[in-house]
Amino acid sequence: MSAPEILPPVLPATDRAPLTKKALTADHPTWCPGCGDFAVLHCYYRALEKLNYPHEKIVTMAGIGCSSRFPYFVNTHGGHYIHGRSLPFSAGVSLGRDDLHVFVFGGDGDGFSIGGNHLDHVARKNPRLTYVIMDNFVYGLTKKQTSPTSPIGFKTKTDPTGAFDQPINPMRKLVDSGATFIARSHATQVNHMTEMIMRAAQHDGFSVIEILSECVEFYPGAFDSSVPRKGGTFGLIQEKKHDGTPEDAARHDTTDEVAAYRLASEPWPGLFGVFLDKKRPTKNQLEADLIARARERTKGASDLQLLQSTFARLR
Amino acid sequence: MVSPNPAENNGGSALPSAEARALNDVVIRLAGNSQDGIQTIGGFLARLAGRSDQDVMTYMTIPSTISGGPSIFQVRMGTGDILSSGDQADFLVAFYQHSYESHLSSLRPGGVLLYDADHVKPNPDDKRFTAIAAPITSGTVEAVGGSSKDKGKNLYVLGLIARVFNLDVVKLSSLVKERFGGKTEDIVRNAMLAFDAGYAWPADNVRDCFYRFNPPTRISGRPQVTLDGNSAMTYGLIAAGVRYGSGYPITPWSSIMEMLRAELPKYGGLFVQAEDELGAVSYALGFSYSGHLAITGSSGPGLSLKMEALGWAVMAEMPLIVINVQRGGPSTGMPTNVEQSDLLQALYGSHGDAPRVVLAPRDVEDCFYIAIEAARIARAYSTPVIILTDQALSSRIEAFDEPDLPALMVDPKPDLSARPADFKPYPLDRITHHAPPGSRVGSGVYPTVTGLEHDELGHPTGSPQLHTKMTAKRREKFKTLAATLPAAEAFGDTEGDVLLVGWGSTYGPVREALARLRKDGVKAAQLHLRHLNPLPPGLEELFRRYRDIIVVEINDEGLYGYGQLATLLRARYANPAIRSLTKTDGLTFKVSEIVTGVTKRLDRATTV
Ligand SMILES: Cc1ncc(C[n+]2csc(CCOP(=O)(O)OP(=O)(O)O)c2C)c(N)n1
Ligand code: SF4
Ligand SMILES: [Mg+2]
Repeated sequence: MSAPEILPPVLPATDRAPLTKKALTADHPTWCPGCGDFAVLHCYYRALEKLNYPHEKIVTMAGIGCSSRFPYFVNTHGGHYIHGRSLPFSAGVSLGRDDLHVFVFGGDGDGFSIGGNHLDHVARKNPRLTYVIMDNFVYGLTKKQTSPTSPIGFKTKTDPTGAFDQPINPMRKLVDSGATFIARSHATQVNHMTEMIMRAAQHDGFSVIEILSECVEFYPGAFDSSVPRKGGTFGLIQEKKHDGTPEDAARHDTTDEVAAYRLASEPWPGLFGVFLDKKRPTKNQLEADLIARARERTKGASDLQLLQSTFARLR
Repeated sequence: MVSPNPAENNGGSALPSAEARALNDVVIRLAGNSQDGIQTIGGFLARLAGRSDQDVMTYMTIPSTISGGPSIFQVRMGTGDILSSGDQADFLVAFYQHSYESHLSSLRPGGVLLYDADHVKPNPDDKRFTAIAAPITSGTVEAVGGSSKDKGKNLYVLGLIARVFNLDVVKLSSLVKERFGGKTEDIVRNAMLAFDAGYAWPADNVRDCFYRFNPPTRISGRPQVTLDGNSAMTYGLIAAGVRYGSGYPITPWSSIMEMLRAELPKYGGLFVQAEDELGAVSYALGFSYSGHLAITGSSGPGLSLKMEALGWAVMAEMPLIVINVQRGGPSTGMPTNVEQSDLLQALYGSHGDAPRVVLAPRDVEDCFYIAIEAARIARAYSTPVIILTDQALSSRIEAFDEPDLPALMVDPKPDLSARPADFKPYPLDRITHHAPPGSRVGSGVYPTVTGLEHDELGHPTGSPQLHTKMTAKRREKFKTLAATLPAAEAFGDTEGDVLLVGWGSTYGPVREALARLRKDGVKAAQLHLRHLNPLPPGLEELFRRYRDIIVVEINDEGLYGYGQLATLLRARYANPAIRSLTKTDGLTFKVSEIVTGVTKRLDRATTV
C-alpha cells in the first residue's frame, strides 16, 4: 500500500541476530496458573522464532479479555485496543503498512459476541493478517458469564440454572464469513498449535485460528473430550495430498468451502487442523491495484500538482 | 442587506434598454423540483460570481424523498463581502404553482417574481411584486425540440437571468460547456439552445427589470475558487497530508467520504468503507497507529458510536481527525437540516476524563484551513481532534481565494526513525510521540499502546499516583496548546454594550447582524470561536469590556436557559453577563432574527 520509499531499510535475515524467545518475552503473564492461554503464548513465541521476521515489523494486537492481555507478554510493537474491535483496528494497520506482520489475539466474547459483526466484515475484506481466537466457552475476565460459545446447560452467573440460548458454531461462522484460511487447534497440542500459527502467518490473506483454550478458573475440563490423556480424542483433519492415490479421494480439500462447512458440522468435539486454505485477492492487493490504476491515469503527477489541478477546475 | 442594493452611481448600461440599474448584490431563489436541475443553474451562477471576482453564497434544501421533489436553491451574489445567503429573496423564480405558493413569502415586497406561465397562475390581485410571466416550459420545448421534452428548462431560466442581470454571457457559456464537456455534443448543443432561447426571450416588455452589478472591489492577486464546505474540507485534508481514512455513510457527512474514496488513491492512500462507525473509527485508529494520521467522520448518531474508541484514542494518545457534520438531532432527527447541538458531545462524549481538541470552521473557506490545522494539532499533540462542521456549511457554495498550495502542502511521510534506547511511549515530562511499528527502538523493548492506565513504558498500572499523573499529562498538553493559540479578538467596538459570541456556520449572519446593530447605535462587537477546546487565551479580559455577552447558536436553550457554548462559557468564566440566543427550527440564523433577538435581550437588560 504505502509507497516503498517511506520505509527504513531492513537488514537481510542473514545479517540480523535470529529472533529468540528471550527477545520476544515481555511482562510475566497475569493469567491464572494452568490457564490454557500460556500454551498459546508459548507457541506464538515458537512460531515467531521460526518465522524470524524483522523484530520491529511484528505487531501483536488484542481486544479486551483475559486472552486479550496477550500483547503485554510479547515484546513486539503492539496494542491493547477496546473490547471486540481489534480486527478493524488491525486491518487498518495491515492496510496502512503492508510491510508489517500483524497478529491479533482475543477471546470468544471479544470475537464472536461484541466483535461478531467486525469479524464477518473484516474476514470478507480479506486483509493480510492472522487472528487467533482463544475460545474458553466463557467470559473469563469478567468472571464467568455466558459466552456465545457456552454450551446449553452450562451454569454461569448470568445463567445460574444453565445457559439455554443456542451457542454459535465458530467454525461454521468462520467458513461463512469469507475468511480465506481457517484452522482449529487445541491449547494442549503445542506442536499442532505452532504449525497452525505458522501456516496462518504465511497465508496471503485473512487467516483465523480457533484454539480451544481452557479456563481452569471458570470452566475447568471444558475440552477434556479432545484431550487423549483424559480419555478424549484429538481427531485430525486429513488434508488432500493430491498424490493420485485412492485414499486421497476421501481426504479433505482445503479449497472446498462446502467440505469445510461439512467438517465444521461434525459433532462435538469435532476435528482439528486446516478447514479452509484458499486464494482470493487480498484487500491489500486490491487497494494497491486501485492506487496503481489511479497513479497511471494521473501520469506521475506530484501530490501538489494533483491538488493544484483540482483547484484549477474549481476556478 | 435590502437588495438589489441600488448603488449611488448610476453609470452607463450595456443593455439596449438603457434602463439597467446598478446593484451591489442580489438574492435569487430558484424554486422548483430537484429533478429540474435547479442546483445546476445555482451552481453556474455561483461559479460565474467566483470567476468574476464577485462574492457568493448559496443555500439549498434537499428534498425529503429519494426520487426528488420540491426543493430550492438560493444564490446571493454580488460585489463586496457576502456573509449570508440572504434573509429574503429579491428575485424569485417559480417553476410550479407549489413553488409559487410555498416561496412567495420569501420574496421581499418590491422584489421580482419570474414564473413559468405554463405552470403558474399567480394571484392577480397581489401587487406587491413585479411579476414576469415567461413561457419557461413551452419556450424550452420549442427551442430544444426533439424528444427531450422540457429537459433543459433550467438553462432557459439561466438565459433569462443572464439577460435580466446583464451577466457575462461568454463566461457563462464556457462554464456550461465545461460542465457538459464530457457528455455528447447533443447535450451541449441542447443546453446552449435552451440558454440562448431564454436569453433572447423579449423580456424588454418589463422595462423595470434590468440590472447590472457594480464593478467588483475585490483586491487579491489570486483567482477565486468556488466550492462547497464538504469539498473544501476534503481538499484541506489532502493538503494536510492525510492519506488514510474510514467511514460509514450518513447524511450530510457522506460526500466527504465519497470524495476521499475517489481522491485518496491518486495520492497513494486509501479510504475504507467500514461495516459501521465503530469499525470506521477503529480502522482509522489502526491507520494512525501504523504511522499515517487518519480521518474518520460522521454525523450526530454516528459520532456517538465512535465515542468508546475515542476514549481509547485519548488514553493511548493516538492522533486522529474526526469530522462531525452536525445535523438536527437527537437520533435520526432532521437529517437534512442544520443544528449546532453536538458541541457538548464533541467535548464530553465518551467516558472518563477524556480531553480532546474541538475545532469549528466558520465558513466554506475555513473548512479547508481548519482541516490543515486539525492535522497539525493531531500530530503535534498526539491527540484526537474533532472538527464540528454542520449541514449548512457542508452543502453551501462560496467563493474564496485559491489557497497557496505550495506553501500549505504537508508531506504525509510517517516517522519511522529509530527511537533511542531511553524511548518511552508515555513520558511524564514530555508530550507523547507515537512510535509506529517498523521503527526500531534502541533498547530492544517495543511499546504496547494501551487503553489501560499505564506507566511511562505503557505497562498497565493500578497505581493511584500514576493515574493522577497520567490524567494530568493528558490534560496539560492542551494547556500547552492553548498558550500557542492566537488570543481572542473581537471585531467591532473595542468595548461597549454587547459582545456577540458565535461558533461554526453562524459567523456570517452574526457579522451582518453586528453591522446593523452598530448602525442603530449599539456599541457592539463579534467574537467568533474556532477553537472550542481548548479555548483561546484572552477571553476573560475581553468579556469584561462589554456590558452584555450574547452567545448565538443553533441549539436548545436547555433546562436552565443557555445554549451549549453559553453553558460552557458560563461554567468556565462564571460571568453572569453571558446569555443565550438560541433556536431549534433546523434553519440557519437569519440576520433579522439575530438583530431582533439581541435587541430584545438588550432592552430587557436595561429595564430589569
Ligand atoms: C464495551 C465493553 N463492554 C464490556 C466490557 C467488559 N468485558 C471485558 S472482557 C469481557 C468478556 C471477556 O470474554 P472473552 O472475550 O471470552 O475473553 P476471556 O476473558 O474469556 O479470555 C467483557 C464483557 C468491556 N471491557 N468493554
Ligand atoms: S480466568 Fe480463566 S481465562 Fe482468565 S486467566 Fe484465569 S484461567 Fe485463564
Ligand atoms: Mg472467553
